[in-house]
Amino acid sequence: MELVDGILKKDKRAAARLITLIEREDPTAIDALKKLYKYTGNSIVIGITGPPGAGKSSLVNELAKKMREKGKTVGIIAVDPTSPFTGGALLGDRIRMQELTLDPGIFIRSMASRGSLGGIAKATYDAVNVLDAFGMDYIIIETVGVGQTEIDIVKVADMVVVVLVPGLGDDVQAIKAGIMEIADIFAVNKSDREGADKLVTEIEMMLDLSQNELDLRPPIVKTVATSGIGIDELEAKISEHLSYIQYKGVLEQKRKEKTREKFMELIKFHISKIIFQEKGNIIENLLKDISNKVIDPYTAMEKLLQCILKGE
Amino acid sequence: MQCERTIRVLIAKPGLDGHDRGAKVIARALRDAGMEVIYTGLRQTPEQIVEAAIQEDVDVIGLSILSGAHNVLFPRIMELLKEKGIDDILVIGGGVIPHDDIPFLKKCGIAEVFTPGTPISQIIEFIKNNVKK
Repeated sequence: MELVDGILKKDKRAAARLITLIEREDPTAIDALKKLYKYTGNSIVIGITGPPGAGKSSLVNELAKKMREKGKTVGIIAVDPTSPFTGGALLGDRIRMQELTLDPGIFIRSMASRGSLGGIAKATYDAVNVLDAFGMDYIIIETVGVGQTEIDIVKVADMVVVVLVPGLGDDVQAIKAGIMEIADIFAVNKSDREGADKLVTEIEMMLDLSQNELDLRPPIVKTVATSGIGIDELEAKISEHLSYIQYKGVLEQKRKEKTREKFMELIKFHISKIIFQEKGNIIENLLKDISNKVIDPYTAMEKLLQCILKGE
Repeated sequence: MQCERTIRVLIAKPGLDGHDRGAKVIARALRDAGMEVIYTGLRQTPEQIVEAAIQEDVDVIGLSILSGAHNVLFPRIMELLKEKGIDDILVIGGGVIPHDDIPFLKKCGIAEVFTPGTPISQIIEFIKNNVKK
């Protein structure tokens, strides 16, 4: 298989093409992913998330440069939203990453969310595997600009950096559920602006109240991505966190859980697909009866289950 | 779910002019036409443009130029694509380009050149009818 060989030989065109096929849900993509699977599991996957305009792309740019200085290769998947009205998308994350384009140890892919609402795209999961098999040391996923509940990034990343900026709300925002709970590290970007120290205090207070299962409290790093301030510290905190979760076996555990979740999703997707295909008539007939109040939906469900289990 | 497959377009600004209003208008219009548009920002070298096109696996490269350097930069981009063996990307250009220069640019492999005043619908149609992949 040409694409698989290309990717294993670090051909960026092959990797790019396979990601396109994955996005298109082309059946040949699955064949390639099957062959690549045994070469995955070596990359560290870092999620960068936060509200729109927080400086995620700029931070990714600086982080990637820092990782390259240390001789590591970096794959970047930058997700931006697809218009729910036209299906089109304007993907602008590369603007902040221009200086990385020609680096042979960097691969950047802009990805439209294509209807997914969790902050990443459906294709992101498999695209990570492509870059993993390609041999990238780090894979950074930049989510769409998120609000409070778009936290799918935890399902794919080994660790998550939540990027916040001063001036977005009062201290109650910090204790709300959702995005604030998924951070392994907080980056307070644009920290040269007024209110940065207050935001740090608010996050600290939120952390004081939370019961963290690890004895590692998420650190808060103040950054100014556009001038490179705080990037050394952010990179150091990321490395620190990684060694910690590797040493404690947390990473392995997390990855097992993720593999499990992904496999369950795959099973659910395909089983329901088969049932809808093969029992379509029965389902439609039951549906009619439900509408006509001949049967209730719960009994109808039990009937359907019996049909499936008996293989009728 | 998608009956047509999504067209991916790289909108690039080669060279040194600092005006990207036109590029942004086009990017937005193509987005509204259902395409995925990657915009890479100002002052790109031909090498950066070709590399970005490869990593993004685009169907189309749209070059916007106002500086007058199109007779140097456009052919260079076509040359780089050729060197890399890429022949399935549709390359179009736009901006302040004298009509006398257009035949030369087309000879270099630029599929079409859109000068000021072109209706956007014409560009969208051209892309939809000419994507190669």
